[in-house]
Amino acid sequence: MQNTLRPRFRHAAFAIWARNMLVLRKMMGPSIVINLGEPLLYMVGLGFGLGLYIGGQMDMPYLTFLASGFLAASAMNTATFEALFGVFTRMVPQKSYDAMLASPIEIADILAGEILYCATKSVIHGTGILVVATLLGAVSGWQALWVLPILFLVGLTFASLALIMTAFASSYAYFSYYTTLVMMPLMMLSGVFFPVSVLPEVMQNILYGLPLIHAVQLVRPLMAGLPVTDVALHLSVLVAYGVVGYLIGVRLVRKRLSV
Amino acid sequence: MQPVVDIRGLTKRFGDREVLRGLDLAVPAGVCFGVLGPNGAGKTTLLRALLGLTPVSGGEIRVFGESMPVAGRAVRARCGVVPQADNLDPDFTVIENLRVYAGYFGLSAVAVADRIRELLAFVELTDRADAPIATLSGGMKRRLTMARALINRPELIILDEPTTGLDPQVRRMIWARLRALREQGRTLLLTTHYMDEAERLCDELVIIDHGQILERGSPRDLIRKHVEPEVLEVRGKVEQAGSALANSADTRIELIGDIHYCYTRDARSLLATLEQHRELTFLHRPSSLEDVFLKLTGHELRD
Repeated sequence: MQNTLRPRFRHAAFAIWARNMLVLRKMMGPSIVINLGEPLLYMVGLGFGLGLYIGGQMDMPYLTFLASGFLAASAMNTATFEALFGVFTRMVPQKSYDAMLASPIEIADILAGEILYCATKSVIHGTGILVVATLLGAVSGWQALWVLPILFLVGLTFASLALIMTAFASSYAYFSYYTTLVMMPLMMLSGVFFPVSVLPEVMQNILYGLPLIHAVQLVRPLMAGLPVTDVALHLSVLVAYGVVGYLIGVRLVRKRLSV
Repeated sequence: MQPVVDIRGLTKRFGDREVLRGLDLAVPAGVCFGVLGPNGAGKTTLLRALLGLTPVSGGEIRVFGESMPVAGRAVRARCGVVPQADNLDPDFTVIENLRVYAGYFGLSAVAVADRIRELLAFVELTDRADAPIATLSGGMKRRLTMARALINRPELIILDEPTTGLDPQVRRMIWARLRALREQGRTLLLTTHYMDEAERLCDELVIIDHGQILERGSPRDLIRKHVEPEVLEVRGKVEQAGSALANSADTRIELIGDIHYCYTRDARSLLATLEQHRELTFLHRPSSLEDVFLKLTGHELRD
């Protein structure tokens, strides 16, 4: 019993990932429009418009500041939405997990496959934003490509955290609590749109205990061509949130489905 | 020979509700084995427990000689499951459903290409290979679910109410396929509350209710043991029928709704009586597994 209960990474997770990728491939057309259209609007609207007023008050153009913050936040959003709505759809109304569980695959494998897929979506979406940002001149050089693996990790982290919500959810309506009470404040305050240094110190300390700010601080210097500092700290916070989220998520989903 | 499924003293509680109460069950290899019971008897829970999908409260389960749920992955790799509710993947076509499902067993699309062609022919869906799931009828979905359960060439096939809600044509087609699978030497374990299905398919069966086994044996033996060979179902005004049947010797009579069920070894004298009562209509038939089932599980409604 013990060894079936301890989640461990197995090859079976890729079967779930592959299943989801096959679905994604079918919807490639519409998703490209969304992937490129949305960041374009943000960067042109906010980056150029607002950037005019903010001007040279930072060590980088505001467009670069915004694009990099936005890139990190979008990895969070993409993975979170997939792990909430996508996972819920497959788990509850579609009963896809019931079918999967009749094979050698177990719940830990399914959820590992799901978060891998969520993170993959974050990278795909992020690549779109990176291309748009490059075309708008917000990227300083090739080292910006390092953000792609970072976005993958950010996707894993936030997908894992969202799994906890999904495991509890009784309907889609439940997710608005998470998006409004957790995601929105994180996005507004974690240094995506303005530097956190303008916030009170207490607030800054709280924010450093949460994951998004660490994603932003890894992505931003890579985009701006500046040296990245505290890499180990940022990575560890993201990994820690991800691991804890995944383990709790597996436990909860197991409780929900093993009846 | 070692039984394919060997269950001893299986209990399962949901809170303080006991769904399975000390169940003992052995399914020999190569048979079609039926688990019969009214709704809520514990059939589905039994199947889930035996696949290692739900923790049990007590007892022991061995499948292929391996202990469950510890050996869950290895055991499920050798099983095929047709669940009660269709859970085909709506994001895919017929053939994609089979390919993706093969992936769950670690089988690559290339490796199962021939197998998929074979299975589509087996369930007569070859010409629907590229159809999206939403366009399939209930019968087609069921057949596809059956094909999906066979993708890994399972030794044990578990079917939870395989023909519920299907039309007579599809039911007969599925029965024929299940018999063909048994001919190939596979073991079938199915739940049903269609007695005609059990009578036609099962070599052996158990009748369970309230989480316990009430009776076990072959359909024929159970009928012989529990009910008289002939049944007359008499319909008409209850009082009239009652008085007409009042003096029938050697007949066990049960009144259910407005029908008198008369169980007897020899229906001749009853038939003669009914000849004189033209106001009553009747149906004379051999007794069936359904009569056994109703005798053992009672007549009150279940939901």
